[in-house]
Amino acid sequence: MSTDAVLYDHPGPRAKIRNVVLTVVFGVALLGLAYWIYARFDEKGQWAGPLWKPFTAASTWTDYILPGLGHTLGAAAVAMVLALTFGIVFAVGRLSDHWWVRLPAGAVVEFFRAVPLLLLMFFIFFGVPFITEQPMSIFWAVVLGLTLYNGSVLAEAFRAGIYAVPRGQSEAAYAIGMRKSQVMREILVPQAARSMLPVIVSQMVVLVKDTALGYIISYSELLQMGVNNVAANFGNVVQAAIVVAIIFILVNSSLTALAGWLERRTRRVGKAPRTAALVEAGDAV
Amino acid sequence: MDVFSDPYNVDVYVTGFLWILKLTAASTVGALVLGVLLSAMRVSPVPVLRGFGAAWVNVFRNTPLTLIIFFCYFGLFSTLGFSVSDEIDLNNYWLGVIGLSVYTAAFVCEAIRSGINTVPAGQAEAARAIGMSFRQTLTMIVLPQAGRAVIAPLGSIFIALSKNATIVGTIGLMESSNAMKELINANGDAVIPIFLVFAGTFAVVLIPAGYGFGWLANRLAVKR
Amino acid sequence: MRITRLAATFGALTMALAVAACGGGDDESGSSGGASGIVGKASSDKKLVIGVKADQPGLGLQTGSTYTGFDIEIGKIIAKGLGVEESGIEWKTTVSANREPYIQQGQVDLVVATYTINDERKKVVSFGGPYYIAGQDLLVPVDSTITGPESLAGKKVCSVSGSTPAKRIQTDYKDAQLQQFDSYSKCVTALAGGQVDAVTTDDIILAGYASQEQYAGKFKVVGKPFSEEPYGIGLKKDDSEGCKKINEILTAAASDGSYKKAWDDSLGKSGTAAPELDTTKLTNCA
Repeated sequence: MSTDAVLYDHPGPRAKIRNVVLTVVFGVALLGLAYWIYARFDEKGQWAGPLWKPFTAASTWTDYILPGLGHTLGAAAVAMVLALTFGIVFAVGRLSDHWWVRLPAGAVVEFFRAVPLLLLMFFIFFGVPFITEQPMSIFWAVVLGLTLYNGSVLAEAFRAGIYAVPRGQSEAAYAIGMRKSQVMREILVPQAARSMLPVIVSQMVVLVKDTALGYIISYSELLQMGVNNVAANFGNVVQAAIVVAIIFILVNSSLTALAGWLERRTRRVGKAPRTAALVEAGDAV
Repeated sequence: MDVFSDPYNVDVYVTGFLWILKLTAASTVGALVLGVLLSAMRVSPVPVLRGFGAAWVNVFRNTPLTLIIFFCYFGLFSTLGFSVSDEIDLNNYWLGVIGLSVYTAAFVCEAIRSGINTVPAGQAEAARAIGMSFRQTLTMIVLPQAGRAVIAPLGSIFIALSKNATIVGTIGLMESSNAMKELINANGDAVIPIFLVFAGTFAVVLIPAGYGFGWLANRLAVKR
Repeated sequence: MRITRLAATFGALTMALAVAACGGGDDESGSSGGASGIVGKASSDKKLVIGVKADQPGLGLQTGSTYTGFDIEIGKIIAKGLGVEESGIEWKTTVSANREPYIQQGQVDLVVATYTINDERKKVVSFGGPYYIAGQDLLVPVDSTITGPESLAGKKVCSVSGSTPAKRIQTDYKDAQLQQFDSYSKCVTALAGGQVDAVTTDDIILAGYASQEQYAGKFKVVGKPFSEEPYGIGLKKDDSEGCKKINEILTAAASDGSYKKAWDDSLGKSGTAAPELDTTKLTNCA
């Protein structure tokens, strides 16, 4: 159901007046709130020039914020590639005919979906070196944590996507004598991947946000560099956090916009099966 | 497992998960109420309300939760002077609840909105045809049906919420991630059992919860 | 045969992941340490990688692409003594949590990063120094009534989570309420806003924050240290030759004035006189 104007009638004269009144009341309330926040910040001296001035200097950007953003996006990019691979492998694994593939794959996916990423990263950095007797670099601890968690989420998404490919597709493939691995590789996975594109991109947003959790093992990502290090120099924690938040919102909004564009595109092609986007919506938290 | 024969360590563990439980419980209520309100705004006839809902979702969904929790402390508490209790832990707990609620509400709102999309247009049209107002159409016809459709996604959202509750540790609450950190720092030789106990606790609770929500969603699904 | 391919792909990918996981060190800096130790490495490569803090004003602070602070000056003295030019030093940011691993993995040759010598750490790394004896203290607003740790009852104290100072408050001063953050900058911001009554960590770190421009005249360090934190220079375990050499360099620096100069160029800028470097307290490098 398209929500536009299905839930309510075209406004008549009374409804129009009511809407205008609501608009004005709510708008004034919002402006009032905004002004109150502004005034409180002002009262506490948070708008003071010296606190904001560092952000007009190029060096603040080239020394802290951009390298931090680079580390954030770098870890997110590597983790995304790995998570996609992990997701496809384990989605296919969970759909295997053999219980000794299906069960372990399912257990891995369920486990990593249930464990908070914060605990996972901390463990990978401090615990895994005990098992491998190899030191773990911070970068890989962050990437691995992101991969295991997001890979597991993607595995579930892919599985739903593969289920959503019309049965006729695999039946036809079997009918012309393809083996199961061929059906999976040539028929099901490509179609599922295309239909899951929006889900994949929204998972990317999650990934970018979650790199911020690297703070627990002091990965020098945007939050660490842009808030802690900048504030150590200029004593402006709140201002630095506002700037960093804006950067995150800009990066992620563009990714979300990309997701929307991709969704419209795949819908226009029309042949990709409409998947249970609903079911997945909850996973991208 | 020797680590957990020390009653102090057990206490740290239990306290950690109690905070998670309390954070999850309060934030679930907060996020649900806020999320439903926001989704109502997003489908309402008033453009300002629609814009407000959309802006909320855009801002909070795209900001790392760590930063939102941070703003609850340094923005809401420090600068705006919002304070619940003079006790540090309790105050941080409520700041955490607020942060988790506003963040999760954005996802709840989106889930409900897509739930509304699963309700056939005829339902709302019929409601309007018998003279129902926007509010009546939404609360009596559309939301009850949408609610059934969104049980599964809401389930995932609340499971994620309970995991996200660990992030409130950034403002110093001794929830399970800080508890695990403390135990590992003090017992460097028992990192693996400590992790398995903490991760295992989450897994034991959350994996069945996930299946539970799935079962519930199937049972309550609107058969069309 | 149906599953072999799948299984093979699966296996290969798992292995690839495992290799990626263990491959670690995306930026290993070619230092092998080993038999020759730090002295040998310095004389042959003319290069040193020194791990320092990046977010502690007065001690180790990354300002732009350069590092400044007392720890940095000490690092330069040690490097000079080992025959390495300033241009041959590569500064590397470390945080409290990764100092030991960095030394063990050889990602840094030395660590000069507010690094307290204690028995726990001595199990995994060696220490030269101490080059400074810090002590846990309190940073409070200038008009505060707090005079020392015993007047903390009912007060709110802030420190970095999981740190030794935080732990000491929890165990020895239970009447105080502890607020924990992941960085001292946040603690100091909370102190400025009045959300906490005091910030606690080593006096020298607090002094660094107190002398920051934005906080000039707002805070004071109470000046009653209630612990002893000897700052050492961390290096690979069992490099006793390197450790001895570092102590020799420090002894020389104490007498020829370069230690005093290091202080005056960093923390001393706020007017505090340079401390005396007590060379009798240097570790025995066993």
